[in-house]
Amino acid sequence: MHQLLRHFTIFATFARNSLIRDMTFRANFLIEFVSSLSWVFMNLGFYILIFQYTPSLGRDTGWGKYEFFVFTGTALMINSLAGMLFMTNADNFGELIRRGGLDFVLVKPVDTQFLVSLQRVDWSSSGNLLVGLGLTLYSLKCLGNWPSALTAILYVFYILCGVAILYSLMFLLAATSVWLGRNETLFDFWFYIVSFGRYPMEIYQGRFGHPFRWFFTFIVPVLVAINIPARFLVEPLRPHSFFDWLLPLFTVLATATTFAICRGVFQLALRSYRSASS
Amino acid sequence: MLGTLMRFLPIVTQIFLWGAVFSALPSQNGAPGQIVGYSYHDVVAYYLLTMLSRAFSSMPGLASGITRDIRDGTIKRFLVQPIGLLEYLFFYRLAHKLVYYAVAIVPFAVVFYLCRGFFRETPQGLEWVAYVASLVLAFLLGFFLEATLGLLGFWFLEVSSFLFIYMLLSFFFSGHMFPIDMLPEPMASLVKLIPLQYLAYFPAAVFLGKIHGTALVTGLAIQAAWVVLFAFLAQLALQRGLRRYSGFGG
Repeated sequence: MHQLLRHFTIFATFARNSLIRDMTFRANFLIEFVSSLSWVFMNLGFYILIFQYTPSLGRDTGWGKYEFFVFTGTALMINSLAGMLFMTNADNFGELIRRGGLDFVLVKPVDTQFLVSLQRVDWSSSGNLLVGLGLTLYSLKCLGNWPSALTAILYVFYILCGVAILYSLMFLLAATSVWLGRNETLFDFWFYIVSFGRYPMEIYQGRFGHPFRWFFTFIVPVLVAINIPARFLVEPLRPHSFFDWLLPLFTVLATATTFAICRGVFQLALRSYRSASS
Repeated sequence: MLGTLMRFLPIVTQIFLWGAVFSALPSQNGAPGQIVGYSYHDVVAYYLLTMLSRAFSSMPGLASGITRDIRDGTIKRFLVQPIGLLEYLFFYRLAHKLVYYAVAIVPFAVVFYLCRGFFRETPQGLEWVAYVASLVLAFLLGFFLEATLGLLGFWFLEVSSFLFIYMLLSFFFSGHMFPIDMLPEPMASLVKLIPLQYLAYFPAAVFLGKIHGTALVTGLAIQAAWVVLFAFLAQLALQRGLRRYSGFGG
């Protein structure tokens, strides 16, 4: 408990410092804030356009316009949380290794992965988080089915699982920069993989879709990261099969496993770190 | 090369997304549903073709490079060297594209071969000529448009916010994200008035036979007119800009 409190205090300090830093360069902050919002609105425009032409994504999948917007809102929240808390840090990790700045982190009496992961909070992504929340609430209102307290709690829990999955994949890739040096393509790779999860898993159908869906559910669990929490809100009472009941349980397992692998690889990477010559 | 293959990854999601959209459409007299004249196969082919258009028209780092040269003074070497800035950049880009696509043609060919089933309509005879012409013009338009934006740096020094707006608009309105016929009126007509559609949408639509006859000829003429206009604007911006410009130190 004491440990947890201590880590939380450290994180709060990081968050505060980042906010002070962001507020020092306020115009820059505002530009980043607005620009990430414009991408979001552009995507929303695209989705609205799609639903001009189709009643639902896929036949009998239950993903109508507002169901899908609940999904998108959830996706936005999970992605922006991952982006806000970890993206800059993952990006920075390669730099810490290249310049040897990791030395200073290693000597501190706090867990290295914790320090490296949370040093900077990117507050300019907070706009996306709010838009995601707003979109989810608005779409739920249009659908007219409010979740029960239990569902809401489960929803929040699975959102955290989703963020943890995205985090683990991100730092799994970041940790490899100890061996590979700075590698920009890795992050593009992360971004592309994660973008597979931005749509309901039902769209991956057919000869290629099924293996694809299987792979990104059970091997690289990006599809469950967003699908499972979203399903709690929009399809809570309509499990299609026995399989659908098991998926939430599997998600917890997948989160734990991915995180454990990420943690293991990170520790391994630290052992291979040789500092930078200076 | 892996990087080029990876750029096709987002298309995978698009293919499945549109597959889902089309599967929910009611069929019309037994035939599969269409959206503004595009069948599912057309849409997938369209995305692949816009990748190809963008390969010609996108100029990563051109505008920001020009502004950087203006800001840090590198640009003054063009005042004394016997070659103009625009000519130098043009041939530099041309060479760059040629070399890059000499390599990238392999992943492009692989992807197009694997997806050959999506191409129901291929151009015939003269349509090939029109298609190639529209791609070449797309390259020229992309170059002069970005060069003009970069040369605004003479007046503003930092143009990244202009560039951001340009990128945002071009992503949405060049047809990179979806065929712009799908926009509701009057948006669709307005978007067809601005030059962005010639960077991605127009060549792809020509290939798919969506535009033919007089519309094709006028389309190409308008595209060429935009190229001339932006070539002129870039020249003008360079001349006026150099008159304002003063280099210090070195």
